[in-house]
Amino acid sequence: MTDQTAPDPAPGLDPAEEYRPPRNQWLDVWDQFKTHKGALIGLGFFVFIILGVTLGPFLWTIDATYIDIRARNQGPSLAHPFGTDQLGRDTLARMIAGGQTSIAVGLTAMALALFLGTLIGVVAGFSKKLDGPLMRFTDLFLALPLLPLLLVIIMLFRDRLRAAFGPEEGIFILIVVVIGITSWMNTARIVRGDVLALKEREFVLAARSIGTPARRMVTRHILPNVLSPIMVSATLGIANAIITESALSFLGLGFPSDFPTWGRLLFDATDWLQQYPERVLWPGLAISLTVLSVNYIGDGLRDALDPRIRGR
Amino acid sequence: MFDAGGKKKLVEVTNLKMHFPIFGGIMRRHVGDVKAVDGVSFDIYEGETLGLVGESGCGKSTCGRAILRLYELTDGSVRIDGTDIASWSPEELRQVRPTMQMVFQDPQASLNPRMTVAAIIGEPLDEHAKSSKAERLDRIYELMDAVGLNRDFANRYPHEFSGGQRQRIGIARALALNPKFIVCDEPIAALDVSIQAQVVNLLEDLQDKLGLTYLFISHDLSMVRHIADRVAVMYLGKVVELASRDQLYNDPKHPYTQALLSAVPEPDPAIEDTGERIILTGDVPSPANPPKGCNFCTRCPKVMDICRREDPVFKTVEKGRQVACHLYEAYQPAEETAA
Repeated sequence: MTDQTAPDPAPGLDPAEEYRPPRNQWLDVWDQFKTHKGALIGLGFFVFIILGVTLGPFLWTIDATYIDIRARNQGPSLAHPFGTDQLGRDTLARMIAGGQTSIAVGLTAMALALFLGTLIGVVAGFSKKLDGPLMRFTDLFLALPLLPLLLVIIMLFRDRLRAAFGPEEGIFILIVVVIGITSWMNTARIVRGDVLALKEREFVLAARSIGTPARRMVTRHILPNVLSPIMVSATLGIANAIITESALSFLGLGFPSDFPTWGRLLFDATDWLQQYPERVLWPGLAISLTVLSVNYIGDGLRDALDPRIRGR
Repeated sequence: MFDAGGKKKLVEVTNLKMHFPIFGGIMRRHVGDVKAVDGVSFDIYEGETLGLVGESGCGKSTCGRAILRLYELTDGSVRIDGTDIASWSPEELRQVRPTMQMVFQDPQASLNPRMTVAAIIGEPLDEHAKSSKAERLDRIYELMDAVGLNRDFANRYPHEFSGGQRQRIGIARALALNPKFIVCDEPIAALDVSIQAQVVNLLEDLQDKLGLTYLFISHDLSMVRHIADRVAVMYLGKVVELASRDQLYNDPKHPYTQALLSAVPEPDPAIEDTGERIILTGDVPSPANPPKGCNFCTRCPKVMDICRREDPVFKTVEKGRQVACHLYEAYQPAEETAA
């Protein structure tokens, strides 16, 4: 080929394509995610909710705690699109403020539960010695009755944390931690099972023969392959955390009574269910739709992260 | 091809034992061992291919993996390039991993389904070579060229390839760090016959080009005859015969080797019909409870009394040929050839 001065590229061999550099994997993931309609709608709605609760207070400037007793129990109007409650507080403003808390609790509690569950699951699956103790520990947590435990923990630590971090931050930390440490067990069990199966696969042996140390074995070979169940746990976990927080607020054990969350709004509205049913509708709808959108996102993400499904 | 004198020993395996414990009973006590590899010794010379053959379950793959210390050895020593790796710590072992690599049997299972081809081939480089991103990519492309993969495949995932292409990816990964010694653990067993030839020819080309040394594990006797310089025959965790390829195929000494070779299909139908098959009766004994004396005494057509009492020594019976059989206790090279 040296004597040819200007060799034409062979047909079908575009040089630019031949040297296409390895692409970032996340671009492939995004390409696949885009093809999942439900996931895109879910993502759109979730972003809308997040923007709504973060930027909402700047657009809808009524204070969530402002009491206008003369405008109480109003239906939807231009001044109060979602109506007002029995003290004349604007329901839209309370929804926005409540959403901030509910979503923050949901995301942080899910992250905590996921971190704990994945850590314990991977360690138990990977280490023969720790497998028994860790899984018995998991069983122990599964055997605890959740709601009474939550009540006891909150009774015990509420005042101390309030004193240390202030009434709202203290209870936020308490609720996140309580939900986090009581909902990691399923993730741990699923992850452990998958890790046990994965570490016998030949590509893990191949990685050992290359000389990959154990920590990178986990991050490079084990974790990406257990991503699907973790993803599913995560999306269910957000939903679960929002609902548990609602349940706690509903029982009156969550945030202070004047501090709006979606669960608290629901709790307050049940007293007026007969007269003003729409008041239950707003927080109920917000919780359900958020949970649904997160589930769809998780579904799409799980498909997009699996190269075998990708491209179908 | 066979030249024991001039060449340097690259791998020396001495009395290698790999026992897997069995736990039983309510207390999960240690009740016995599966003696997958039980006292194997052989040398591999630089630049040669040693074929390791035997029926399934005889410990071929375990032997190959134990040589690379993918298992913790029960006993024995493995010297690779002069250093005994059997007693090394994991970190020391990690440092010498580049000299010895492995090609696996099932190309589907040995590639991480979540990694692209570039990531799979680049993994050894990430672990051992401190190169820039561009150098790494160049090396990956170079390796893909060497094993005959289109460079455009770098972004694809293992499930998008055929079996032969996947095996090429596995070979490229094994070559990434310029190893001296590669254990090929039945690299062609999972492939079609036409693809087998491609992969074996690729392995041979690479050996010529890069001066590689192979331990070629296979149960395909004709393929081993094609690729190997010397052949070791394993039965129930032990090497029963080790000889150069031509010696072994033309004049098998050990009764087990004779039986094994008589089972190889003959391309000529006339010979195939008249050829005598040595049919072994019974089954392979359990490696957890091998028979007393010679491991092969339960099925050997030429069994003698001494076979049931004493384990035969693995000893040289001819130049460059070792056999573990009581028939050859006294050095009698010419006697048994008629059998």
